[in-house]
Amino acid sequence: MSQADSAASSAAPIQVPAWLRGWLVPLALVAIWDLLTRFKLVNPLLLARPSAVLASFKEQLAHGDLLPQLAASLERDLAGFAIGALAGLALGSVMGLSRLADRLVGPTFHAAKQVAIFAWIPLISVWFGIGEPAKVVFIALSAFYPVVVNTFEGIRSVGREHIEVARVFRFTPLQVFRKVVLPGALPSIFAGLHLGLIYSWLGTLGAEYLLAAGPGIGNLMIEGRESFQMAKVLLGVLIAGGVGYGLNALATKLEANLLRWRVRSA
Amino acid sequence: MSQLEVSYGIASSPTHPPVAIDTTPKKAAPKRVRRVSLVGWLLPAVLLLVWAFAAKKELVAAQILPPPAAVAETLLEQVKSGELFKNFAISLARVFGGFALGGLFGVGLGVAMGLSRKVEQYLFPLFNAISQVPVLGWLPLAMMVLGIGESLKIVIIAHATLVPIALNALKGIRNVPRQYIEVAQTFKFSNRQLLRKVVFPASVPAVFVGIRYGLTQAWLSLVTVELLASSEGLGFLIVWGRQLFQLDLVLAAIIVVGVVGLLLDKSLERLEARLLRWRPTATWSGQPEPQS
Repeated sequence: MSQADSAASSAAPIQVPAWLRGWLVPLALVAIWDLLTRFKLVNPLLLARPSAVLASFKEQLAHGDLLPQLAASLERDLAGFAIGALAGLALGSVMGLSRLADRLVGPTFHAAKQVAIFAWIPLISVWFGIGEPAKVVFIALSAFYPVVVNTFEGIRSVGREHIEVARVFRFTPLQVFRKVVLPGALPSIFAGLHLGLIYSWLGTLGAEYLLAAGPGIGNLMIEGRESFQMAKVLLGVLIAGGVGYGLNALATKLEANLLRWRVRSA
Repeated sequence: MSQLEVSYGIASSPTHPPVAIDTTPKKAAPKRVRRVSLVGWLLPAVLLLVWAFAAKKELVAAQILPPPAAVAETLLEQVKSGELFKNFAISLARVFGGFALGGLFGVGLGVAMGLSRKVEQYLFPLFNAISQVPVLGWLPLAMMVLGIGESLKIVIIAHATLVPIALNALKGIRNVPRQYIEVAQTFKFSNRQLLRKVVFPASVPAVFVGIRYGLTQAWLSLVTVELLASSEGLGFLIVWGRQLFQLDLVLAAIIVVGVVGLLLDKSLERLEARLLRWRPTATWSGQPEPQS
């Protein structure tokens, strides 16, 4: 592919190698950012210098403030995700396997799903306080929805004919579930867990903003904003993005590994 | 549809990292009509009864869980006084402002990246990096730069909208089947004709998926922004009710938020069906084989 591209762009006076292209715009932006701040063209309160962000990173790291906060965020993220994902798997499977359960719970579930998730936070704060339990409940809730939906769809998407074949071979219901339904539904279930992981990170940040108590990356940013330390805020943004990226990459990798048994139909 | 390819078709494997767009709930459950049978009312009815009973017997304090009647009353009162409508109108204006802005840029960016590998190579990595940071992550930064005025809300909503729309537009254009393009080339279509008659029509469904998802995201972010920094709007109504410890107001506002979200999504669904009627079969399974 890169060959075709370089052939296409060979008319251009300067050849930019393909791997560099993605870096050019960000590098240019950082350069402009640095120049703007270096020559004080923008209010330094509003835009910290790149080097200041780096310094802030080093300082936070050295003070030992950053790591505990990151750990606190990750811990509640994973705790909430675990709870939400388990509950979601349970409800999704029950709804997927039993039409009655789907008819019974489905409409209520879909109605509840319509409420923008952050709108629950004020209620949660009344019921669970603003401490750790409230945050974990909220994070669990954000992971819960996508897991339910995907588990349900995954189970429902298993081809009728596969189940019929299993019946012909006189599989017991348990066998049908273990050997036919589950493998068929697995890709979709993983997709749900993956989405749930992403949403739970989003939920973690939200919970830390809105239920502001205790350590966490969200609090780092709030703190930075309140004391008008732009470098701290930018650092927080970078970390929030980095963690999101890391979680996502991890999930993609796990997913690919766990689904390797699938025969590619390509 | 051939039976053999059904098996794994549905899952929205989030092939693309951050937003995992092409996703699930909407497309995955396409044909099965979700007919709410009577059984579906059972659970809400039971919940409502338990709730009413608990409130009546004062098993829980009214500050923790107000009786359903109080919620209904507050809702009515809010409607009558026009307070609800005022806040609703403000919220809606913000959503559409941000959505229009984000949608416009999103489609533009997605189409540009979809049509030109070069643009994609230059811009996609940056775009990808930016979309890795959740919308909420930008909020403190945006608040410092933009203050907490109207522009903050518009920008946050626009950002939330832009990412899924751009991604889906990019994907939609990339996934136009090669054969279509080859046929068009055989007929010696000009580039312009190719775009107008082949590429754009073929990518509309994907773009629409992005638009629907974008609107959902816009609504979600609106509520979040209003919860955090606002003095009017539906989200503010929730915060305000919470501060006054009037949970009936909180619950009433939550109901409105849910209903509006539902209506927005349903109306787009309608629009989508209407706009795509020209397609002989309206079954775009959502994941054509990727063209390399």
